[in-house]
Amino acid sequence: MSERLASAFAKGRPALVCFLTAGDGDTAANLDALVAGGADVIELGMPFTDPMADGGTIQNANIRSLAKGTRTADIMGMAAQFRARHSDVPLVLMGYANPMVRRGPEWFAGQCVKAGVDGVICVDIPPEEDDALGPALRSRGVAPIRLATPTTDGRRLPRVLEGSGGFLYYVSVAGITGKQQAAQASIKDAVARLKAATDLPVAVGFGVRTPEQAGAIARVADGVVVGSALVELVAEHGEDAPEHLRALTASLAQAVHAARKD
Amino acid sequence: MRDIPNSFRAQPDENGHFGAYGGRYVAETLMPLVLDLEREYRAAQADPAFREQFDDLLEHYVGRPSPLYFAERLTEALGGAQVWFKRDELNHTGAHKINNCIGQILLAIRMGKTRIIAETGAGQHGVATATVCARFGLPCTIYMGATDVVRQQPNVFRMKLLGAEVVPVTSGAATLKDAMNEGMRDWVANVHDTFYIIGTAAGPHPYPEMVRDFQSIIGQEAREQMQARVGRLPDLLVACIGGGSNALGLFHPFLDDPDVKMLGVEAAGHGLDGSEHAASLLGGSPGVLHGNRTYLLQDEDGQITEGHSISAGLDYPGIGPEHAWLKDSGRVEYTAVTDDEALEAFQLLCRTEGIIPALEPSHAIAAVQKRAKDMPTDSIILANLCGRGDKDIFTVAEKLGVEI
Repeated sequence: MSERLASAFAKGRPALVCFLTAGDGDTAANLDALVAGGADVIELGMPFTDPMADGGTIQNANIRSLAKGTRTADIMGMAAQFRARHSDVPLVLMGYANPMVRRGPEWFAGQCVKAGVDGVICVDIPPEEDDALGPALRSRGVAPIRLATPTTDGRRLPRVLEGSGGFLYYVSVAGITGKQQAAQASIKDAVARLKAATDLPVAVGFGVRTPEQAGAIARVADGVVVGSALVELVAEHGEDAPEHLRALTASLAQAVHAARKD
Repeated sequence: MRDIPNSFRAQPDENGHFGAYGGRYVAETLMPLVLDLEREYRAAQADPAFREQFDDLLEHYVGRPSPLYFAERLTEALGGAQVWFKRDELNHTGAHKINNCIGQILLAIRMGKTRIIAETGAGQHGVATATVCARFGLPCTIYMGATDVVRQQPNVFRMKLLGAEVVPVTSGAATLKDAMNEGMRDWVANVHDTFYIIGTAAGPHPYPEMVRDFQSIIGQEAREQMQARVGRLPDLLVACIGGGSNALGLFHPFLDDPDVKMLGVEAAGHGLDGSEHAASLLGGSPGVLHGNRTYLLQDEDGQITEGHSISAGLDYPGIGPEHAWLKDSGRVEYTAVTDDEALEAFQLLCRTEGIIPALEPSHAIAAVQKRAKDMPTDSIILANLCGRGDKDIFTVAEKLGVEI
């Protein structure tokens, strides 16, 4: 399944990774708008009551989705329908441990396979607790996508990389999702350090909001992740969100895809 | 048949697991810090100067050892086992929470951290944290659910007097769990200079072990005091459980004494039949939250459900992972008492002993009330009176329909 992910990062240009929270607004229409706008990878957030790594924007999206009654089965349904509509766009689930392991890792990994999910990012399962989910995903060919952060030092990096797949997600700020931005120089250095240690593509996220920022990061990384800025459009525009999502994604994609490596 | 371990006091393993529970379920940003903290804690444990400073502060600042008290009139009223109390409500700041705060702030200073954050429910941990921060001159931010800010006004004011910034948290049900989420968010954004003083024996390893160790002073003293006073160990230990730090503090030094039974008392709120309770062990199931695997109140999709208790300090949908392990191993028995039972026990202790307990240990007293009458008069129950009730008089007055 991870072939879809691998090919998204092998188009000879940086990839745009777009995040939305499942069940917040019309998810099917919103995801289609991201694809139409030029997103290379879709990250579908699984809402959780206690999103400890998220800032206000994504917290509120989680609350809106859960208030509408979104269940795990609904999210898997959204993923499966997305896969039926878009056979070659990689889809990654992102979320917190408890909803993923509630019925056991084998159950969750099996659901991912059935729904055509290519990878899973679990915020609060570090490599030290890999047994909680990692083996079940790997044995079914679903990529466990790990996070590296500014606090991940050289001593620790091999542990983070061991058993990880798909791509490496570099969280560019020590903090929560949302508005803080990292300095371009620090991102460049960090990505260079990560690239020296792994063959996995490195995508950079947290605090990336505008085409200018995305384009600058794309000059030094294999991919750029945008989340909160898109989630804000869903909050602001409701059922009219798709056209706005498509427009922002298109301008982000243009900036990312056209970026030349330094 | 259950496997009986050689010792119940040898947990956790090197990865912070208490059997299937515990661990380090945190975001990658926090992992290096959590590993650092563990290294620093091991170094502190091996450093006699650290223990010396901890003991000195407990004696001269906190006022330890806390008394061991025979509750003669309560015993008479219940008509069964002798009831004894470990008087941790007489500590400076009025609860057991300060024991742990002293230990953690000494560690924070050792690690060169210059800013302290904490979460609080009833406000006791917030007050204890603000107190040690004032004592050591470190700035301090306390996250507190907006609901709790309203129901615990006296403690909010105390924290402010002590120089802390109190941040009301409005997400979720605006109680302890949400305050903890906000604490984690602050921590992840300020790892370079900030130490998170977690208030209970929960969170990522090494917190559950560390908090238990700092609180074990309660049981260590009680053990010596019992031997000195009556020449034997108690038959039954009783303590209330929110996250479970006062209970572990009392229980842990006795875990390998097979004749000492133990009873942990959760908050049954409006009753275990409905969803309005905070009994994670009796009414929950294993899952992952706030850095550890433990029993949680959750739905079938793993979404965390809101607990309820009259006591803000017990109103938390999780529990320390060591309790999860102790429950499964059968070493400790767990029960729950309702808001109404706790309120009745609160009043009983006021009138029989002249002690106004906090609503948290009022749950333990209610359980003692149920057990004592069926036990012989020469048997001994030792309950932890882990906090005083001054902070709760407004809540109690409201429940009793009294205007003050």
